[in-house]
Amino acid sequence: MKLPDMFFRKFSSTSNATMKTFLAILLFSAAARADGQVQVMKFPDLERLIASHSDTVLVVNFWATWCSPCVEELPHFEQINVRYRREKVRVLLVSLDFKSQLEGKVLPFIKGHNLRSRVVLLDEPDGNSYIDRVDPSWSGAIPATLIVDRSRGVRQFYEKQFTLDEIDSLIQSLIERN
Amino acid sequence: MNRLLVGFLALVLAASCTAQTGYKVGDAARDFSLKNVDGRTVSMKDFADAKGFIVVFTCNSCPYARAYEQRIMDLHAKYASKGYPVIAINPNDEGRQPEDSFDNMVKRAKEKGYAFPYLHDETQEIAAAYGATRTPHVYLLEKTAKGLEVAYIGAIDDNVEDAGAAKVRYVEAAIDALSSGQKPATSSTKAIGCTIKWKKSS
Repeated sequence: MKLPDMFFRKFSSTSNATMKTFLAILLFSAAARADGQVQVMKFPDLERLIASHSDTVLVVNFWATWCSPCVEELPHFEQINVRYRREKVRVLLVSLDFKSQLEGKVLPFIKGHNLRSRVVLLDEPDGNSYIDRVDPSWSGAIPATLIVDRSRGVRQFYEKQFTLDEIDSLIQSLIERN
Repeated sequence: MNRLLVGFLALVLAASCTAQTGYKVGDAARDFSLKNVDGRTVSMKDFADAKGFIVVFTCNSCPYARAYEQRIMDLHAKYASKGYPVIAINPNDEGRQPEDSFDNMVKRAKEKGYAFPYLHDETQEIAAAYGATRTPHVYLLEKTAKGLEVAYIGAIDDNVEDAGAAKVRYVEAAIDALSSGQKPATSSTKAIGCTIKWKKSS
């Protein structure tokens, strides 16, 4: 049983408000970790991280500092992160920069662009080992975005550059399903 | 709500339209006539003695392409004499990526001493026909009764960051298999790369 599900069961008998507070704390602590820190992780850890958001529309954007369409698109995800702060929507920015460039490129980029969403760096030099596991339709080109809402069985994948309107109406439509 | 739903459906439709098309392993690939950095036009039919080709969609600007540049040069050095020359093709729209203009291709090829053709797919017709999506993106072709049969599609090896740490050199293994009359054990792989800069209007 996954950790968040355990919490759900445990708290299902208590009041709804208690649960909401608890979730808020849980989510807030997850967001707070983003502060200037970038976790370097392997794919199985990323999968676990994605799976840990069981009650949330999780927007996972694969990007890199060297990818110009990604850099153009990042502000939209930042906007989503702010705009849906009060909803169960979270943005996770997965950098595909080389681990060796974390200090020299990634951290200065995050600071320079004042990124507030959580950033992790995926340390997997062999794309073939994980690309299909993100989505079989992914060719490996970035930007690419995975949208997951486990509680509603949503898992959508897009190998494309979003406009703000596109990503916003997509998130809207997912929230409105609630 | 209706407006949103329509927008959402349009998005889904757009996503499915951009889904992968192009060649699969076993398909016959088309030839091309593209301008080389030396000003001449190059086609695969010009290489009468070749047993096949290592067609690489690549470019000047992409860090992943640059990470693989030396390995692409090494592939040509190792396999051109064995009948599998490299043909590099830059499909990027220079309007979106000025570093990938024809003039800059000429510069890069000179600077690095490319011993293989570096062709400009100005209309992007070839990248589209092959189904290339990123740089670098390899199509290993073999001359068979079918024509130019696609034998392998994908990455050069399994470690973009460190050539020395690569455990499997996919393209080399595929050519070695073809040379001994076998099908490549791994005929397609995926890799991270820079998305091809398609012309905005198309």
